[in-house]
Amino acid sequence: MQMDNMEDTGRQTPLVTARQEGLVACTRCTRVWPIGTDRCARCGTALRSRDRGSLQRVWAWLAVGMICYIPANVYPMLRTRVLFNSSDDTIIEGAIELASHGAVGIAIVIFVASVMIPVGKFVAIAWLAYSVAKPLSMEPHRRHKLYEVVEFIGRWSMIDVFVVAILSALVQLNFAASINPGPAAITFALSVIFTMLAAQSFDPRMIWDTNRESLSG
Amino acid sequence: MKRGPRMADIASDDPDLEELIACPQCDALYVAREPASGERIMCRRCHHVLIAPRSGAFGRIVALAVTVMILMFGATFFPFLGINAQGITNRASVFDAALAFVDGGWMMGLSVAVAALIVLIPAARAALVVYVIAPLALGRRPWPGARRAFRWSEDLRPWSMAEIFVIGVAVALVKVSDLARVEYGPAFWMFAGLVVVIVLQDATMCRWTIWKTLEDRRP
Ligand SMILES: [Zn+2]
Ligand SMILES: [Zn+2]
Repeated sequence: MQMDNMEDTGRQTPLVTARQEGLVACTRCTRVWPIGTDRCARCGTALRSRDRGSLQRVWAWLAVGMICYIPANVYPMLRTRVLFNSSDDTIIEGAIELASHGAVGIAIVIFVASVMIPVGKFVAIAWLAYSVAKPLSMEPHRRHKLYEVVEFIGRWSMIDVFVVAILSALVQLNFAASINPGPAAITFALSVIFTMLAAQSFDPRMIWDTNRESLSG
Repeated sequence: MKRGPRMADIASDDPDLEELIACPQCDALYVAREPASGERIMCRRCHHVLIAPRSGAFGRIVALAVTVMILMFGATFFPFLGINAQGITNRASVFDAALAFVDGGWMMGLSVAVAALIVLIPAARAALVVYVIAPLALGRRPWPGARRAFRWSEDLRPWSMAEIFVIGVAVALVKVSDLARVEYGPAFWMFAGLVVVIVLQDATMCRWTIWKTLEDRRP
């Protein structure tokens, strides 16, 4: 059921934006106010018709997120000791280790959550931020879909940090076996957090603006 | 609501602004309408869900949020998982998992973050939701600070990661299984139930209805 079959905001009329009508929308509670209003009187959120300044925050968070991702892959994530053998595994080595023990499905989960999603997110956020600054040909619906996927999926990269936390708490069997976290756990967690902040800073309404509209803001 | 020239009047003197609603994702403007219970109103352009009320939702949300708080308390302190290998047994609670990073200086921060993401933030969100919605469910005026409380609860939503922790547990169990035998404690099942309740609660919450009710019943 969609909005257009109520009253005459109908199929015939082209879609208008709050901005075109001289209104500013509250992104939290969806109430609209005359443009120039500072704060939403319903929920108290600061109002901005388009948050152009948000692009700088997106790039800044994205940069620190990417920087943190490098040591996250170079240093060990897990230090495993079984009897007298100990091994330090980076994220990738951990996934390979799992696959070599036959747990291919789980290895894929770890690889997707810790490598494909983070790297995919860096590329997707950079592309979105670049594409609103220099409008490209990619269709807004597809860019918006990309934004939704990035927003939804980013948190799931935390899986590996939680795996390390549980293993380190659980596998403490004196001399028999022990698992401890490596330094990559912290830089990886930071990388996930900073990339989430980058995605949250992005104002998706800019995706839909035409050239004419996006010039000021 | 007419389109076009009349909109200018609306912007200047605003009695009708209350009737309008703009998509937070793409800025498309619509005339708001209270849909039938269970019906979902989506943005025509980007398909973001704008309004999705359920009848009796306030009462149900409060009940679910209280359940979250009770289960979280149990899930944190009861034994969560145990392993046994060569006669040595070790049990860990969810709290132990959060404290796994405590040894080194830098790692301490990660312990605090993990505790927040899997225990403190989900519990805080549930408490904030109860504070905001309970008076509304009883047909009363909102309690003082309800708007700020609901803003906080919404801001915390992406940082509440109990469901991700559960997937992490599943992965960890596969890793451990060739090393030792695993025992499931009561907290394990509580935590699994908790995740289901949190997902149900978020699906029952229509943000638009809550903000509108907070505004209508403003003291
Ligand atoms: Zn608002
Ligand atoms: Zn929309």
